[in-house]
Amino acid sequence: METPNLSFIKEIAGDDEIFQKRILEIIKKEFTEEVSLFKTNFSLKKYEDAANDVHKIKHKISLLALEQGSKKASEFEKELKEGIITLHPTFLEILNKIHVYLSN
Amino acid sequence: MHIMNCILIDDDATARLIIHQLCKKSERINVLAEFSSAIDAIKYLNTNHVDLVYLDIHMPTFSGFDFIQTLKNPIKIILTTSDKNHALEAFEYKSVVDYLVKPISKERFNKSIEKLETLPIEAANNHLETQKLADYIYVNVDKRLVKINIPSIYLVEAKGDYINIKTHETNYLVHSTLKKIQDKLPSNMFFKVHRSFIINFSEIIDIEDNTVLVKQDVVPVSRSNKSELMKKLNLL
Repeated sequence: METPNLSFIKEIAGDDEIFQKRILEIIKKEFTEEVSLFKTNFSLKKYEDAANDVHKIKHKISLLALEQGSKKASEFEKELKEGIITLHPTFLEILNKIHVYLSN
Repeated sequence: MHIMNCILIDDDATARLIIHQLCKKSERINVLAEFSSAIDAIKYLNTNHVDLVYLDIHMPTFSGFDFIQTLKNPIKIILTTSDKNHALEAFEYKSVVDYLVKPISKERFNKSIEKLETLPIEAANNHLETQKLADYIYVNVDKRLVKINIPSIYLVEAKGDYINIKTHETNYLVHSTLKKIQDKLPSNMFFKVHRSFIINFSEIIDIEDNTVLVKQDVVPVSRSNKSELMKKLNLL
């Protein structure tokens, strides 16, 4: 089972530690805001808007090297555009995994 | 070595920071400014010259494709997106030189820079490039990009959300608009005779009243376009 890690970010950062610190700060900030927006839109059944939120969150998922998670997010984004929500629990699991990782 | 001045447009701050970092590592790219909205970038371009734009497609209210359609001057554009599905549409735009899928790896980014190095930079060269490309277009048919020699096209007909491109060899039904293809076709060869038809006027066999015969197709000519069409013909 894949877990979030910084391998991708480290590849981009090289030895630039300031960049690495900054990108993590921004990811934390944007991730929190985007997840909150997603949860609101989803609870209001605004699935088209929720799909757009998933699209944005998906980038963070892939940056944290969750390849399978990113694929699932893409599938969920597509589902939401059609008003289908079967992958919602899977997506929440991915979000939770990232939340725990970023909180440590 | 020519340094290319670029701007970044992405509503996602994380994405902008990643691309900025990748640009910093390249000796060839200089980032002039970053924008979270395409509209702000348009305002900037009104008073500043840039060579290259890293552009996100998926943005609220004003998408990357909306941005491209507002451009008056040719600027090289590298699209950056989390969505692979827009690739075919992206390359319908002449200004799009590459398509990077997020997360953008260092390796893929560097390849993109190498690709840029093989492209002409000055406006004059851009013009030559346009001329060179003017002999053919690529169209999306059943998820395949098909090359069509422009002189072989004799008629283009609008059919709802599609256009039917008729060539001497075959016909192609393409999801596009007459306006889009008209912009790609040389005006010294093609003419829009009616809101639903563009013809290659060197292929006209005869003209009668408000119709033209192009190969075996009888095509209506709107009254407002007829005099313009007559001017283009080599009349005795």
